[in-house]
Amino acid sequence: MSSHAAESVDPRTAVLWDYEDHGHDPISTRTFGFWLYMLSDAMIFAALFAAYGVYVRNAAGGPTITDIVHPIYAMWETVVVLTSVFAYGLGMAALKRGNRSGVTTWLLVAFVLGLVFLGMEYKEFADLLAAGAIPQRSGFLSAYWTMVLTHGLHMVFGLLWMAIMLIQVAREGFTQNVVYRLLNLRLFWHFQAIIWVCVFTFVYLKGVL
Amino acid sequence: MLVDLQGPWNPIFGRLGLLLEVHYNNPVLFFAFELSVVVGVILVFWATCARKWGYLWREWLTTVDHKKIGVMYILVGLVMLFRGFFDALMIRSQQAIAVGPDSPGMLGAAHGYLPPYHFDQVFTAHGMIMILVAATPILVGIMNIVVPLQIGARDMAYPYLNALGLWLTVVSAALVMIALFVGDFSHAGWVGLAPLTELPYSPGVGVDYWIWSIQIGSIGTTMGAINLIATIVKMRAPGMTWGRIPVFTWTSMASNIIALTSFPVLGVTLALLTFDRYLGTHFFTVGLGGDLMMYTNLFWIWGHPEVYFVVLPAFGMLSEIIPTFSEKPLFGYVTMVIASMAIAAVSWSVWLHHFFTMGAGPNVNAYFSIATMLVGIPTGVKVFNWAFTMYRARMRFDTPMMWAIGSIFLLISGGLTGMMLSVPAVNYIVHNSVFVIAHFHNMFLLIVYAAFGAVSYWFPKVFGFKLDERWGKWFFWFFTAGTLMVFIPMYTLGFMGMTRRLDYISHPAWQPLLTAEMIGIGLYAISIAMFVIQLAVSLRDREKNRVGADAWGTSRSLEWASHSPVPFYNFAVTPVVHARDEWAWRREHGLTSLRPDRYLDIHMPKNTAVPLILGLLSLAFGFAMVWRIWWLAAISVIGIIVVIIYRSFDKDTDYIIPAAEVEKMEKEFLERASKIEGDAPAAGGAAGGVYAAPQAPTKKHQGD
Ligand code: HEM
Ligand SMILES: [Cu+2]
Repeated sequence: MSSHAAESVDPRTAVLWDYEDHGHDPISTRTFGFWLYMLSDAMIFAALFAAYGVYVRNAAGGPTITDIVHPIYAMWETVVVLTSVFAYGLGMAALKRGNRSGVTTWLLVAFVLGLVFLGMEYKEFADLLAAGAIPQRSGFLSAYWTMVLTHGLHMVFGLLWMAIMLIQVAREGFTQNVVYRLLNLRLFWHFQAIIWVCVFTFVYLKGVL
Repeated sequence: MLVDLQGPWNPIFGRLGLLLEVHYNNPVLFFAFELSVVVGVILVFWATCARKWGYLWREWLTTVDHKKIGVMYILVGLVMLFRGFFDALMIRSQQAIAVGPDSPGMLGAAHGYLPPYHFDQVFTAHGMIMILVAATPILVGIMNIVVPLQIGARDMAYPYLNALGLWLTVVSAALVMIALFVGDFSHAGWVGLAPLTELPYSPGVGVDYWIWSIQIGSIGTTMGAINLIATIVKMRAPGMTWGRIPVFTWTSMASNIIALTSFPVLGVTLALLTFDRYLGTHFFTVGLGGDLMMYTNLFWIWGHPEVYFVVLPAFGMLSEIIPTFSEKPLFGYVTMVIASMAIAAVSWSVWLHHFFTMGAGPNVNAYFSIATMLVGIPTGVKVFNWAFTMYRARMRFDTPMMWAIGSIFLLISGGLTGMMLSVPAVNYIVHNSVFVIAHFHNMFLLIVYAAFGAVSYWFPKVFGFKLDERWGKWFFWFFTAGTLMVFIPMYTLGFMGMTRRLDYISHPAWQPLLTAEMIGIGLYAISIAMFVIQLAVSLRDREKNRVGADAWGTSRSLEWASHSPVPFYNFAVTPVVHARDEWAWRREHGLTSLRPDRYLDIHMPKNTAVPLILGLLSLAFGFAMVWRIWWLAAISVIGIIVVIIYRSFDKDTDYIIPAAEVEKMEKEFLERASKIEGDAPAAGGAAGGVYAAPQAPTKKHQGD
């Protein structure tokens, strides 16, 4: 570096080592990593949406999108998902106040609403199955099932995680580990709601047009 | 829901009954099998006799130390590089003998010695191995070792995740190796051409091995990417601003952003293919709404960024090696960083150049042609920067520098042929010819050259002694001779019209060039022997070749400010960064003493067996899915979930090294180092330059 060859540094005063323990904040490191993970998860959905856009026309003489979507039913599913996210958000407000029972209660509400969503989705797909609109019927149905159920699978994992957090909050209180996991789960849960809104818009609403 | 299978299946053994139909009478296969078994038995025997199991378990298998994980990544990569080389040897020898109607047939093959079905598996395995379980692990390993040291971090952001990434990569390699002995491998090309990979066309288990091996390994790569990005963003030492981060770390960042965003797309692509094969859906089938071009699109949306995932770290290595042996700072740091990011960005918008011949029409082709050519601009910037770094420098030709310069030549030739391919009109003529093969081998060899350079460059940092220079140079020259002898004829054959993946060559006029390639691969084989000798000689002479902190005497970045070998806690006290080339700055100002005034407690993560256990469960899962042994797959998935949950309840994951103990260890290091420090590299480079001795930076650098 030509710039500093000129200036001279006194070896006795140069600060070469850092004796402060800055202790990289584990919560922010962990939540940052989880944001990165969510980015890769977003790519999964992006690829699925792109594929769905191609396949939606390939019904191969079988049921088409207009035949199988029920936007009103899906709207109720949307309401349930968003309410669950809202409940989780209230739980996070309770976390800020350090209110353990508040967190537990709201997480439970969010959990139950998540279960309700999965139940509704289960019914929807059971009906499709009964009507013969199975994923093996056509490229379109393969894409439809895959995309909606990939979201559903994420919801299942979210619920599993929520159950574990309920246990950990009860056992350990708000330790560093518990807090960063609660924060990451919030991100995960909100993200699944966003994906669901995209599914609702591009699959269910656009489907009836 | 599951598809109907041809052939046997039962609930306990899945499809393993198919094994009875596999023909194990091929002596080539037997040779490979015996080699692996013998090597395996020798290793196990040695470990047992020398009572090394405890050591291996404590120091390696359960470690979360990023340097050891990096070393293991590189070992896996080197072993698989050898396996991939073996496949290459088989492809080349088959093509060298299977020429013309009178070509000999042996071992039951009509031409050459490999029946088409076997030959197809060989080239598929070769491609998949070289890209995903040889090049990638070697590069990830080097990133793992070097990046935290370059930014002055004590560790990675998530050491436990790091170990998990390693073990998943090992599972990927293990599945490919298992496929060699238990069943078949895919025969549909490393890109997995649809609909050839659909169940009706590939009813065996080969494609399933290919799918699960890539799928599991790429999850590991994605985790590694998260870890490296977070490490670079969050763990930098004080003073390590964005404008001071060494270029290798920058390119690792660019590369891992690519990995993080592109591997999930590959995951989706393979998952859709999996659904087709296991559940009978219609994503890539012929008919019932399947769209086979969709597979190709999705695959290359990952595939093209992937080639930049592997090439960018190589560029970073060149940017570290060349300044060190030019005894000058890197020319054009800022443009280098911008160029890396630009390459990463453009790499996302060119995938269609892999199938210009699809018939998408002139507008689409023109768009992707121009986008592809754009990549050449930042790449050109880089080449000029390296050239200007070497211009009027005191160049020294130690082995890492030889590899680096070789790498630049390969980059130029490979880049130029890439430009040719990016012209659709030209591409229509040479697509799927061996010209394309020569092009991308040219590019991948650039990476291999850079990686070999990086291994010999950073080896003393990790192990505390240098690799033998004399054998290293033999290795370099034989390897280079092999490269020239194989790939110049291959480019020529491409122009002569030879298409890729031929197990029988109908055109006798091509024989001389094919024979030349055969000689080339022979030279490669010799070079491997040289490499092994180099390792053995270096290990024997390690006491003689011990080095101090700054192994090359003219190194520039922060990793050279820790001891060689690096202690497990990296830096006893976190360094403060003052300049872009911190170590060079300290050397110029006479501040190379590695003795801080006092020591502090160090906080470290504990070793854990959990990543290894998760790896073993994933291996069981992959194997079970390949053979459709559902109970085993279910148990392994449940096992994985249970282990992850169990680990999340573990609160005892860290420990503290007390300051007094750090001081004791540091004292030993400094004492050991003082014995060799006097032994600085001999003065006088090839160009008559003078080394700046590590402790006495009196010489002004030319160009300063
Ligand atoms: C200036 C840079 C580059 C340009 C302009 C370029 C251009 C191209 C084009 C147009 C093709 C398609 C040829 C065909 O199939 O007809 C191609 C294929 C390929 N390139 Fe490059 N490339 C470049 C850099 C790289 C790099 C850096 C790598 C790897 C590290 C690479 C690896 C490959 C591979 C693996 C294939 C063939 C894949 C297959 O079909 O199996 N290329 N390149
Ligand atoms: Cu490409």
